[in-house]
Amino acid sequence: MQRYTKTAMLLHWLMAILIIAAFFLGLTMVDIKGFSPTKLRYYSWHKWLGMTVLALAVLRALWRLRHAPPPAPAGMPRWQHQASELMHYALYALIFAVPLSGYLYTTAANVPVVYLGLLPIPPLFEGTPELKAVFKPIHYWLTMGMAAAVVAHAGAALKHHFIDRDDILKRMLP
Amino acid sequence: MKITHRVLLASLLGLSLAASAAVLKTDAAKSSVSATFKQMNVPVESKFKKHAIVIDYNAAAPDASKATVEIETASLDLGEAEMNKEVAKKEWFNSAQFPKATFVSSSIKSAGPGKLTVTGKLTIKGKTTDVSFPLTVKAEGGKQVFDGALPIKRLAYNIGEGEWKDTSMVADDVTIKFHVVAAP
Repeated sequence: MQRYTKTAMLLHWLMAILIIAAFFLGLTMVDIKGFSPTKLRYYSWHKWLGMTVLALAVLRALWRLRHAPPPAPAGMPRWQHQASELMHYALYALIFAVPLSGYLYTTAANVPVVYLGLLPIPPLFEGTPELKAVFKPIHYWLTMGMAAAVVAHAGAALKHHFIDRDDILKRMLP
Repeated sequence: MKITHRVLLASLLGLSLAASAAVLKTDAAKSSVSATFKQMNVPVESKFKKHAIVIDYNAAAPDASKATVEIETASLDLGEAEMNKEVAKKEWFNSAQFPKATFVSSSIKSAGPGKLTVTGKLTIKGKTTDVSFPLTVKAEGGKQVFDGALPIKRLAYNIGEGEWKDTSMVADDVTIKFHVVAAP
């Protein structure tokens, strides 16, 4: 069985953890009533997670360009192979689009990100309430799109592992 | 009129203009009072939407000038309704008890061409302190444009009490910026 490279595995699982953390932090933080230091902290951590995912996405894409994944197992129906390609491309697009939309949203709100409280990320434009109202739903819907994709992706992997009993999931495990 | 009379009249007029300061009309729409501060090291600038600025200024004799700035503490616009409501609460401005914050000048001195040093009393949340800060002034199309920055420490006025005393969340240093456009 040909596995994914160790680097691909590391990036995959690391980003999975960061993305899931950012997602739940995002859901939690917007529901906090009023305004407290905790809410402020959650927003900052959420943005730091997002920026980290974006940086790793660049590394991930570069690695993927140079290292093809293992070939589809023999006998896999063509539609299934195509569906997985589509899903994976969508996920690659989303690991860029979601954090970028977040960056645009926070920039539009005139709250620039200071990564880890140390490195200011320059805002590319001056925010206005109108721009803020545009980017807020974009970030939200892209996030929900990613959530749906992740559920489908994980579900398919588990289906392959427990129902088809093939190596699909094993290839991504060290 | 004879030349000497004209000269006398002109100089009298000149003298009377020079001697008096004139209360300028502030263009509220073009003027702003804002607070710049850092939250978790992220720089933020927020405006007080409601302000009343009165400047009594004479370019030829700045020493006779006076300035008062009054802002409504509940009018700070942080960009989110939830945050704006929070900043009016007891731990922050306590706008219910202290609806206004004021600055009243006690002296304005020239500090070079187009520069002034303004000294006066700043009152926020019931606490008054003596402050002094630089102000630049320039004439633009018949109007006077004043720009000043007054650095304060928010904890000196108890702005941000309880869990908000933590200066790693919101820094102690806050700069109040004035941009005033006024016409005679």
